Formats: sequence, structure tokens, C-alpha cells
Amino acid sequence: MSETISEDLRARFPCHTPLAAPAELDGTQQLEMFHRMNLIREFDTKVRDLWMSNKIYGLAHAYVGAEAIAVGACTALEPEDCITSTHRGHGHTIAKGADVKKMMAELFGKYEGYNRGKGGSMHIADVEHGMLGATGIVGSGMPLAVGAAMAADVLKNGRVALCFHGDGGTNQGVWHESVNMAAAWKLPAIFLIENNQIAIATELGQVSNEPELHKRAVGYGIPGVLVDGFNPFAVYEAVSTAAARARAGDGPTLIEARFVRLLGHFVADDQWYRDMAEFEPFWALDPIRRMRVYFEHSRLADEQELDVLAHRAAAEIAEAIRYAEEDCTEPPVESLYEDIYAAGEVIA
Amino acid sequence: MAVLATEPQAEAPVRAGADQPTIQTITVRQALNDAMREEMRRDPTVMIIGCDVGVRGNPFGVTKGLLEEFGEKRVRDAPISEPAFTGAGLGAAAMGLRPIVEILYSDWITLAMDQIVNMAAKIRYMFGGKINVPLVVRAPFGAGGGNAAQHSQSFEAWFNHIPGLKVVAPATPYDVKGMLKTAIRDDNPVIFFEHKRAYALEGDVPSTDYTVPFGEAIVRRPGTDVTIVAYSMMALKAQAAAEQLAADGIDCEVIDLRSLLPLDYETVVRSLRKTNRIVVVQEANLRGGMAGDIVAELIDRGFDLLDAPPVRVGGLNVPMPYNMGLETKVIPNEQKIIDAVRRVLA
Repeated sequence: MSETISEDLRARFPCHTPLAAPAELDGTQQLEMFHRMNLIREFDTKVRDLWMSNKIYGLAHAYVGAEAIAVGACTALEPEDCITSTHRGHGHTIAKGADVKKMMAELFGKYEGYNRGKGGSMHIADVEHGMLGATGIVGSGMPLAVGAAMAADVLKNGRVALCFHGDGGTNQGVWHESVNMAAAWKLPAIFLIENNQIAIATELGQVSNEPELHKRAVGYGIPGVLVDGFNPFAVYEAVSTAAARARAGDGPTLIEARFVRLLGHFVADDQWYRDMAEFEPFWALDPIRRMRVYFEHSRLADEQELDVLAHRAAAEIAEAIRYAEEDCTEPPVESLYEDIYAAGEVIA
Repeated sequence: MAVLATEPQAEAPVRAGADQPTIQTITVRQALNDAMREEMRRDPTVMIIGCDVGVRGNPFGVTKGLLEEFGEKRVRDAPISEPAFTGAGLGAAAMGLRPIVEILYSDWITLAMDQIVNMAAKIRYMFGGKINVPLVVRAPFGAGGGNAAQHSQSFEAWFNHIPGLKVVAPATPYDVKGMLKTAIRDDNPVIFFEHKRAYALEGDVPSTDYTVPFGEAIVRRPGTDVTIVAYSMMALKAQAAAEQLAADGIDCEVIDLRSLLPLDYETVVRSLRKTNRIVVVQEANLRGGMAGDIVAELIDRGFDLLDAPPVRVGGLNVPMPYNMGLETKVIPNEQKIIDAVRRVLA
């Protein structure tokens, strides 16, 4: 219908599906998804600039191009559901409802940040919204989600735990163990592979004989679903179905959201190891651009209204940067020993 | 930091009587089982996960009967997946449970190291104090019985190195029960080392609910000539060695640390003030162990108190051999402790 993609692109990305909002998402919700995606895009675009100008320390990995996955998935979850994340966690955190000011403060290493300046980009966490933290060790969020699902199973609170992880994580041993355990006990978990088909510079096909990762579900006796990772509504629908299944006590689902990494592994990665001319065409599938086209064609919003939303996101991020730079403070040295142990206990 | 030759006497033995506490003589195995049962009755968020903890009641019989009483959601027979079930324990702890993860033989805790070291020990700190981790990892450790190189090791020093963890290694039924309860109620990840060769050891335990705090060593035998610091099985061997030395007129003070992180240096230094000589005993092979760390800390805290160089006793720096004769050579015994005491007095 509204979207057209080249034959060449379709051949190289056969899981492409046209955008079509499911009936249960009203216009306001769809536009809220668009807003969240813009927030992520703007946040990570600015983080890259800030990193380049030495205002942000340490490592930072951009979620640019993957916005459809985090936003599609988190829109399908309830506020009390929880998620685990990866080293590329800004998108997950924003999608789950975090305050971008506290996030930016954290990236600036400030005491007012979500992690009191002790986590930074790679460990960004917003526990109040059920975002159980980014982790720098690939695959390590898998059992964390299984445990969160196990807690829901014991406490019978109806919660679901969703584990975002990359294709790289699927080759960790704990990946298998976690999916197996959740399947054996029919735990309310969802395993969502963000398959960008490359782990830093190692292509998935080099290290996995079967790159159709969703097919692994067969080995665990659970549903395995492949979705267009550039399509927020497709991700939403897959996660909605998986969440309903999990809440009904029928166990986990493996979702492979396939897409293409559009930027480098981390913010300063120039990707010398990749022929970028080969990947440039995939910007045609940029989920934010697709959302705009979709809204214009479905007459939900015109170009001007969409620009207003994009500007709103830009203003929120600008304010977050101002807040982090001007209103926030450096952590006091005494805070070094804070929060190693519970309830203020210090073991020096 | 009570100075007591035996178990605390606060719970004086009162036989019979309706509401009176009574004293039972039980094994370490029973003490562990009682601690878990009582805590699971007291708090519905306490659960156990590990290999064969349910139907079989664990290979050592430590969790026997718990599946029948608490059901399979709270006593989970896990697949042989230490990283996943340890990590799941962490995830469950973060989301409102108080899981007890059992590593069948502590040697295999290596499989779960990432989840313990990089996740459980870190997430409170790196997430800005937002997550509690009321997680217990029970790790049966220690050598003896011909279990060879992969079923005999003592890795406590590795965990002592990690801020964010607590590490305990009690030996008697009284301490084991009281400290496992403390571990379960603690909001931090606790590595609980229980000695496999001590499961059948008997001791007196009150029938009333009690806990033993972390970070409090206990003087098992007061003495004036030499301080012997030890923990777990080695605390028992140190006591036996001290009795033999007493026959020769050498009066040793034996301190059972019980808790390694935090470690009660106050009690150790107080003893050192009296004896000015110290022997530190561990079962683990000596290199890179607790004993070296304790000696280094004592040099920092009280070098001037030392009348002789401190002496460490530990296992030989070899993988544990199978052969009984060779195995016996590797594990520290009473004689090695006696020799060390004589050396520090020489």
C-alpha cells in the first residue's frame, strides 16, 4: 500500500512487512509510540555528539535504527512487567517509560542520575519502571529474566519478564540454559532477539550455521516467531501474543526481530570493517521514516503535526542535556562506599 | 564477639516444660534442613533451586522433606545449568523472592561465576542502590573421602575478593543453623560454604528461633601463648591440636572466624594483644588464600603486636589427588597445626 521498497532490498530483507497498526492501538497510542521512537533517536544522536566532544565518559552504544523493537515490545507490556537489557540499553529504558533527564544525568556521571553516576550508559537502569538494568556482559540478562519470571510464578502476580538480547547473546551457553529452564517450567518469560546480524564485526553467518534464530524454538518446544525488526507494529503484535501466552501459564516465546545495524557497534565506531555502501540502502527501512510515511498515508497525522512531535522530542532531550550539565552535581567521594551492601552497611 | 569455650549458653538447656525452649542434639545436616524449613514456614518468599534439591532431597540429604512440605514451585529441581539457575536466583531475588541457590559441589561454582561476580555482587552498586539482592548461594566445599580434583576444592578466597558479596563458613550445628537463617534474612548475596565432611557432626541447638550474626568470630578455646585463627573444618582441627599442645604446657587460644566477609578482626587483634603470636589455618591450598590475606591485614593493623612472624597453614599447592595416602598429605591436619604453633614459638 503506502510503502514501497525496492526489489533488491526486499530480496536482501525478506522478513519486511508493511506497517499496519493493530485495531487495539488507537491514534493516541500510535503517536505515543512515534514519540518514544523519536526520543530514542534524538537521545542517541545527541549522546554520540556529546561523546565526541568528551562530555560523556566511557562506552556508549547507540540504539539508532532499532527503535521499532524496544517501543513495539514495551507498548505491548503492562507497566508492572519487567525487562532485562543489553549493553545497548538506552532504547529499552526510554521505551519502558524512563525519565530522559535522569538518564542523561547518569550518562554525565551525575549523582542525580538513575544509577547515582555509578553505572553510566552500559548499566543504565530504571527499576521503578521495571527496567532491570543494562549489562555489559553479552547474554547475562537471560537468566535474570528467567528469575524475574520465576518470581512472578511463585508470587502469582501476573507479571511477565521480557529479555532483550542480541544475536551475539544467542551463542552464550547461558542462553540455551535459560530458554530451556523457562520452557521446562512454563515461566512467563519472553525472549526477544534483536537480530542485527552482526556482533561488533563478526557476522552472524560466520559463527552460526543456522542464522534463522527463531527456528531454535523448535528445540525447546516453544513458539518461535520471526518479525520485521524495522516494523514497530509487527513487534508489538508478536510481543502481545507472547505476553498473553505467558500470562495464561503456557510458557515462553522466542521472538526474532530481524533488522540491520545501521550505525557502528559503539558511538565512535567508524565501521572500517564493513562496506557501508552495502548497508546504506537499509536506511530506507528506518522505522521512524516508515512511521511518518504510514501516518501521512493513514491520515492520522500530517507532516506538520509529525514535525511538531519530532521537535517535542528534540526539546525534551535538549532540556535533559541542560539539566545534566547545569542542575546536577558530581557524586561525593563518600558515595564510593554507598550501596555496595544493603541498608547503609559498609565493609571497607 | 563473645569469649566462650563452647556454644553460647544464653539459651540455657531447659528440658521439657510447655513454653520453655529445649535443647536438641542434631547434626549439621539437620541444622541446615531445619534452618531452611523454619525460614520457609516463616516467609513464603523463601525458595530453593538447584540440582536434585527436590525429590532426592539433595545428594547429602540436606533438603530432604522440603519439596513435600513446600511444593515444586518453592523447591525446584533445576536442570544441570549452574549459570542459568544461579542467575535465575538473582533475578528472582531482584523481583521479591529470597532464593537459596544450591551448587551441589562448590567446585562447580566456577560455572556460575559470571552471574555471582559480575551480576549479583554488582547490580545494587552499579544500578545506584535500587535493587536488593537477598540471595543465598549454598556451596558444599572441602576435601576428604577421595573425591579428587573436581569435588574437593575450597574457593572462599575468590569471593572474599569481591566487594558486594558476603562470605561465611560456619562449622558447628549451632552456627550453621543460626548463620543460614541470617543469610536468608540478609538483603545481600551471601556465599554460604558448608563443609561436606561436617554434615554428620553433632552439636546442641536450641529449639527456639535464633540467628548468629555475620562478622562475629568466636573464641572456641581461650589461651595465652599462641592465637590460632581458623574456620570451618579447620577450626575443629585447630581445637584438637590445641588440646594436644595443652598437654605439653602450650596454651593456645583458638578463634573460629565463622564469617569471612565481613571478618571480625577486632576479636583477632584482641587475642593477638594477649598472645603476640599467631597461626592462621585454612584448608584450601595455601597460595592466594584467606590465610595470606588475614596475615597481611594483621600486619597493617598490629605489626607491633607480633613477637614472631605469623605462620600460615594450608593445603599443598597441588590439585587434590585421588589416592588416600596422597590426599592425606595435601589436607592440613592437627600435626601440621601443632608444628606451626611450635614454629611460631621457636
